[in-house]
Amino acid sequence: MELNTLNISKSNLAKRKAINILMLSLCIVSALIAIVPLFYIFFYTATAGLSSINLDFLTQLPKPVGEAGGGMANAIVGSMIIIGIGSLFGIPIGLLSGIYVAEYSKTFFSNIIKFVTDVLSGVPSIIIGIFVYGIVVLPMHRFSAYAGGIALGIIMIPTVTRITEEMLKLVPTSLREASLALGISRWKTTLMIVLRTASGGIITGILLAVSRVAGETAPLLFTSFGNTFWSNSLDSPMASLPVQIFNYAISPYEEWHRKAWAGAFVLVFIVFVISIVVRIVTRNKFSQNL
Amino acid sequence: MIYEMYRDSLASRDAFGFGFIFSGEWEPVKERFGALTFIYGTVISSLIALIIALPVSIGIAIFLSELAPNIIKTSFSFLIEILAAIPSIIYGFWGIFVLAPFMRLSFQPFLQSTFGWLPLFQGTPIGVGLLTAGIILAIMITPIISAISRDVLKAIPKSQREAAYALGATRWEAIKMALLNAKSGILGATVLGLGRAVGETMAVTMVIGNRSQIKASLFEPAYSMASVIANEFAEASGHLHISSLIEVGLILFAVTFIINSFARLLIYSVTKKSDIR
Repeated sequence: MELNTLNISKSNLAKRKAINILMLSLCIVSALIAIVPLFYIFFYTATAGLSSINLDFLTQLPKPVGEAGGGMANAIVGSMIIIGIGSLFGIPIGLLSGIYVAEYSKTFFSNIIKFVTDVLSGVPSIIIGIFVYGIVVLPMHRFSAYAGGIALGIIMIPTVTRITEEMLKLVPTSLREASLALGISRWKTTLMIVLRTASGGIITGILLAVSRVAGETAPLLFTSFGNTFWSNSLDSPMASLPVQIFNYAISPYEEWHRKAWAGAFVLVFIVFVISIVVRIVTRNKFSQNL
Repeated sequence: MIYEMYRDSLASRDAFGFGFIFSGEWEPVKERFGALTFIYGTVISSLIALIIALPVSIGIAIFLSELAPNIIKTSFSFLIEILAAIPSIIYGFWGIFVLAPFMRLSFQPFLQSTFGWLPLFQGTPIGVGLLTAGIILAIMITPIISAISRDVLKAIPKSQREAAYALGATRWEAIKMALLNAKSGILGATVLGLGRAVGETMAVTMVIGNRSQIKASLFEPAYSMASVIANEFAEASGHLHISSLIEVGLILFAVTFIINSFARLLIYSVTKKSDIR
């Protein structure tokens, strides 16, 4: 009788151990599964992009199908301009609302801002595109770089707000109190002491936001629209890298596909570099805090 | 923003009423519009993505929070972050040229020969379609779900696991206890991932096949809400067409709004508890 129960518990233990090993290895396998597409996408883009990228690609205008050469110079510059407009529009708003939420965190209004930014960060970017189409493109009666920039700016706001808020919260209260005790007014404390202390982290966050919108395609499709020339007016349609990649990728021409891969490589490269910079900066930040 | 879209979709709401949601017709030429096929495409592709991504993400989260040594942990987290930062257009591009041919030539014929008796896997494997879109979405939402689940798991106090070990539990049994406690947070992470999948535009547009139809087979091309907007908006002809597209956008907005608020509430509830501790 006693022996019997012992046996049962022994076999039970073996079973439990087997399940243990099985489940743990499943976890490791799933981690490996996740790595595979990452490396695949990354290296595929790198090899396909590197083989078709050259100086022409970076410096010349797009050419019609069949002609050799040509590049995406206008799209690269256009992307920069649109992102620049977006930053001018999105960063100040995000920064200010982040400061407000962090420094005046107990008010009812700041809770509302917090909720709204949370919701805004979950809105699909294409919806923001429609919204900007409604308020900018329709009244102006044409697609423009402004519209694209505003769309990107709106997408940046929640990220910048959130990061600013979190970075400001890391600044010790004693610092604020010390400054106030010296008779410095509140806005000066915020601006000169708190903001300056947190500036490294905030800049990181802004970089992160920029790298996120750099790849946004959906909202640009019907705001800045894209073209194949140099555009010297912010008031007219402007090419951008992601939209150009999209148009080339769904085209039937082999040559355009190669161009699109080169563009994709440039895009991934930018995002990758920004991520690494951010990583290095934040690592220093954290080790200081510890 | 909501008001603006509400106003712009007025014409289509007047013309079609609630029938808009339930009508499967979408014919710009005849000016008859209904969103059912797009809603179907969005829902099904997102569900496929969740079914694939959820187990993998939980596995990663466990691996990162419980199993991995520190060096692997930091470098792996970094990799996952980069995966999350790659623009969706790149995923879509990769989907067209690498995943779709692979699906057409090996994976779909394999599914067909194994599970061919199911209506889900019948029809000609053409590469692009619901299943391919679902897989791309799964790759895209895995980083989000696993990153948040990892944070949630980390918020579960260590003492609980130690108590489980002390009672003679195996490692997996201890983790299972932690998972049970973290379940609302993980659910929140999942729902957040779902929100992202529903709103994802470019990658889906490029691989879903863009045909407005409802078929039982997952191999068939379909259409999603976000991609119909992306494809037709800039060249929509006629006031009613644009207005209908905006109404599709409004539906999409409402859906993602509900999904996201729900997810935030769940995640707040978990992290708040851990703050108190």
